[in-house]
This record gives sequence, C-alpha cells and structure tokens, in this order.
Amino acid sequence: MEFQLSDEHRMLEKTVREFAAREIAPTIKELDRTHSFDPGIFPKMAEQGLLGICIPERYGGAGMDYISLGLACEELEYVDTSARVIMSVHVGLYSCTLFQWGTEEQKQKYLVPAAQGDVIGAFGLTEPNAGSDVVNLQTTARREGDHYILNGEKTWISLADVADHFLIFAWTDMEKKRRRDHSGISAFIVERGWPGLTTDTIHGKLGVRAGNTGSISMNDVPVPAENLLGQEGEGFKIAMSALDQGRYTVAAGATGLIRACLDASVRYANERQTFGVPIGRHQLIQQMIAYMAQRYEIARLLYLRAGWLKNQGIRNTRETSLAKWYACDAAFDSASDAVQIHGAYGFCDEYDVERFFRNAKGAVIYEGSREIHQLLQAEYALGYRQDRPLRCELPAYDPETWTES
Amino acid sequence: MHAIVCIKQVPDTTEVKIDPVRGTLIREGVPSILNPFDTYAIEEALRLKEQFGGKVTAISMGPPQAIEVLKEAVAMGCDEAILLSDRAFAGSDTWATAYTLSQAIRRLGPFDIIFCGRQAIDGDTGQVGPGIARQLKINQLTYVCKIQHIDFDKGEIRVERLLEEGREVVESRLPALLTVVKDINQPRYPTFKGIRRASRMEYPIWTAKDLEGANPAYFGLDGSPTRVVRVFTPPPRSGQTEIIQGETVQEQAAKLVEKLLAEKII
Repeated sequence: MEFQLSDEHRMLEKTVREFAAREIAPTIKELDRTHSFDPGIFPKMAEQGLLGICIPERYGGAGMDYISLGLACEELEYVDTSARVIMSVHVGLYSCTLFQWGTEEQKQKYLVPAAQGDVIGAFGLTEPNAGSDVVNLQTTARREGDHYILNGEKTWISLADVADHFLIFAWTDMEKKRRRDHSGISAFIVERGWPGLTTDTIHGKLGVRAGNTGSISMNDVPVPAENLLGQEGEGFKIAMSALDQGRYTVAAGATGLIRACLDASVRYANERQTFGVPIGRHQLIQQMIAYMAQRYEIARLLYLRAGWLKNQGIRNTRETSLAKWYACDAAFDSASDAVQIHGAYGFCDEYDVERFFRNAKGAVIYEGSREIHQLLQAEYALGYRQDRPLRCELPAYDPETWTES
Repeated sequence: MHAIVCIKQVPDTTEVKIDPVRGTLIREGVPSILNPFDTYAIEEALRLKEQFGGKVTAISMGPPQAIEVLKEAVAMGCDEAILLSDRAFAGSDTWATAYTLSQAIRRLGPFDIIFCGRQAIDGDTGQVGPGIARQLKINQLTYVCKIQHIDFDKGEIRVERLLEEGREVVESRLPALLTVVKDINQPRYPTFKGIRRASRMEYPIWTAKDLEGANPAYFGLDGSPTRVVRVFTPPPRSGQTEIIQGETVQEQAAKLVEKLLAEKII
C-alpha cells in the first residue's frame, strides 16, 4: 500500500495550486459579488492542459491519470467552486463520457477539440421535473430519416450558456417512456448553433455565483443520427456512468473546500484575540478545527481511493458515491464552522468563508443529492444493489499508451 | 543556442519564523522552494530557446534534495539538469560557490549565455552570478529587466538594466552572464507534459571528482575566504506615523505637500 503521492502528482498539485492562486484568486471575490462568469479562464485552463487532463494525448489530452484529475479539482476548489465546476462538467461529465462511450469517429470529432480546450462541453440531464427522478425526463428524440428531432427543456445545467457542445439525454422509445422503463432513454452529442437550440442563464443562486448555470431549450432540433452516443436505449447507463466521473470531481473539489476552510480558520484562530489569548486557545474553537482536520483527511483518502480504482479500471460507483456524499456534507459542515470561528467577520464578504459557506451547499444537492447517496450506500450494504459490467467501461489508465500521440 | 541557468533551492522565506528569544531564523520544518528570482531566469532562457532553437541546461549546487528544484526547471521546459552535490562543497561562501559552478559550466562545454536570478532570497548577496562571470572571464550584465536585442551569430546583446535611478542600456559581446529582475517576464507554469518528463528523468549528480582540473582547495568551507561571524535580525526601525486630516482629499494632499517641502523631501 502506497500512501505517498508520486513526484508527478506532487508537482501537478503544486502547479495547479499556483495556477489557481495566480489566475483565479485575485478576481474571484469581485466575480462572485457581481454574479459574473469569466470565460477568459477557459483559454488559460486549456493552455495549462487542465481541460483534457486525464485524456490520452492521442485524443488531444494531457495524458495524466484520474488521480491527477482529482488533485486538480481539489486545488481549484480550494480557491473557488466555480473553477472546479468547469472540470466536473467539461472533463468529468462530458469528455470522460465521450472517451468511455464514443466511437472512434466521435472521439476524433468531439473529444479531441474538447480535450484541447478548443470547445467546451456540458451535460444536459436534469430537467425542471427530473432531478433525482431521472426517469421522469420529458425530452424526446424522434427519428426522422438520418436525423433525430429533439424537443425538451433542460435546467440547472452548469456552463449551459457558455458551452459549445452538449451531451443531451432524451427518450427515443415513447412506449418505454410511458412505462418509465429507462432503457428507452438515449444520449446525443448536440452542438450550439443548430436550429431550435437556445440557452439561458439562471440568476439569483445562493452560491457558485462566479459559475455559469443555466437552461437549454430544444425546439425541433435536428441531430444527425451519427451523433447518437452509444446505442439507442443506452442513455440511462451512459448518464449513470458519467456521474461516476462527475461525482468524483465533486468529491475531490469538496475536499479542497474543506482544506480552504481549515486554513482560513487556523489563520484567523491564531490572529484573533479574545479574553487575552488567541481564540485558537479556546477549546470549543479547537474542536471545530479538529473536526475540519479530520474531515479533510477522510475526504481525501476516499476520493484518492476512487481515483486509484479508476486508474486500475475497476468499477467504483459505490466508492465514488461514498466519497461524494461524505466530502460534500463535510465541506458544508466545515464551512459552517469556519463562519462560526470568524464570528461576525465570517458573516460578511470581507473574508472568504461566507463564500465557502454559500458554495458548499450546492454540492450537497447536485450530482446525486445527499439523500440519493444515502439510499445508494444503504442499498449496497443491504445487498439490494449490485453493479453489472457495462458494454463500455471507462478505460484504465496506462502510462505508456496515454502519452503516445 | 545553448543557455545555462544557475538555480538555487532556498527556504520559503514566507514560511520562515524568527526565534523570539535568539532573534535567529527558525529553519526547521520550513519547506524548500526554487528561489523565486531564478524562475525568471529560467523563463528568459526558455524564451530564447523558443525563438532561436537550441537547448537550456539548468544547474544547481546543493544537498541531494536540491534535485527538487531541478525537476521544477525541467517541468518548465529545460532540456537538461545537473546537480553539483558533494560533502566537499558544504559550507561554500559566494566565492567558492561561484568557483564550483564555473568549473561545472566549463565541463558542460560551449555556451552562449548564462542566466541567474538577481539574488537568492536566503543569503540575499547577489554575488554568485557576477562571481561566475569573473571566473569564466565573460561579461556580466546584472539586474537585467529587458533583452532589447540579441544576435547569437554576431555574438552581440543589448539589455536594459534596472537601477535605482532609472534604466541603463548596455551592450556586450556574447557569451555573457545575465542576472535578471522580476520585471523581465512572467514565468510560465510547468506543463503537465513537462511534469511527466521531469518526474521520469535521470538527473546526473556531479561531485568534486567530476570537476577535473579544478583546485579542490577552493571548494567548500575551506575554500571560502569569508566567515559568517554572527547572523542576527537588525532592530526594527522606529518611526512615527501621522495621519493627515482634512475635509477633502485635495486639502489633505496640500497639507502633505507642505510637510514634505518643510522636511526638504521634495
């Protein structure tokens, strides 16, 4: 058993830490305050290789492994959640899914430019009346000749208003839709600019205000048949397997958020004096800090194990779900304690912890709510749930072939 | 084009704390980093390589763990990296360090230009770069903030130096040694490809024996003409703060000007 990061991972972690400190930290407070997404971050992330971090070089990526993806997410969310969301959506949910399920032609056409960061991908599963209840999707894809015609409404889609390409989930079998049989759902790669597709931004979010979240409307959008991802009826499985990567990035990011809360709290506890001593000398403050330190270690071990399983090519739905559930709850609790430690100062945006607190809530809801993960874990433990092999598994990491161009 | 960059591993001074009793630096447990000024030296060398082709060699003298900063240099894009490490080099002052590095640079073979950071953030002497230039009998251009012109075929360079009173433009023959200031560029981040290469590469370690023709009496503490008698933190400067009051900013500014004139500062 090896608990030490490799040289490669250590250097990557340091590089992303510096990147986030230099490229994101200086403007984040203002962007968050004004609810502004800065698309200027895309070319910077692309140049650094972040937007294709765990995609093999032959598909335009940087050829690093899945642990690197996690480490990068931790470092980005240490500064702000909005930067990590880009990784979750563009790399975890979109690019990794094309890598897992796409045909060679689809990978050449869509994965290569995404991994190079020339186009940004998003993931369109959630709808106004279909979140945890995925099978309640209303979007449909009607076959007409060599096209599918898509109709429907997606919402709460991260990067909706700024992405170029979308992975859209829709019913192709209306009889199965009526019976709520998820084997009637299919997945499509859809491009912005096709007739009938419009996007919008959601305003008034509690947190992740520097991130773009929006909706996608599809009104008779013609999608070429070759843009069907996987086979007809495989959409649900594709969506669930995509979440294995998306949730992993959320878990890793939440771990970074815990560390950010810990660091901010330690700094403040050593500076702020009450009753003649730094508040860090008070035991009730120490308790909150102890919990943060504990949560950080647990969350990190859980996501790194999930990343290791991905590297090995071992199915990790259960482990990823556990990491995501734990880390997001732990991040929210840590952020709440961080605000508490900062007292009234924590209640205003002079310090970062109020932003951490608002940002932390989102991840307890999205990519499988806390409740969904509790059900999953219970079902695994009770023996009600088993993962069956997929037709296409996420490829294991191979240091040799991933760096061949 | 062959550029050589001399780099140093230093304690992260932002993490260094002062022992309140002894007034000395507490070095234990302080992380080591690549001297920040050296990253600008690496960046400038890499830019020349991108423009003219050729290679960049990074070189450092220090304990075995100094290999970490060479890895960083390779991750940024340096082609080769060499560590000078030997018990015999321990305790070198700036003269002995410059001597040892210059001997290693001789062994590296022909070069066109050498880059150093303006100074290391631990010793803060700024002497090693100029010392290397003297040992190699080449010109030194210190505190360079811009390379205005460089022509390797003709062997000429023209740079801007950042001085306290302003900027100075200097021409020199190549090869030359440049020490650079932060204004010269914005160092790049290591690329992921560079990180992979850096973590998988073998780093040659040269010892005293590898520096043929060098005089071993000039190495290390014994070869160092200077001795550190004492290290201490100077007493803090005492000063008075005065907040200038006024109804408007203009009024405050006018009062400030009056005071500055009275003190003959302006």
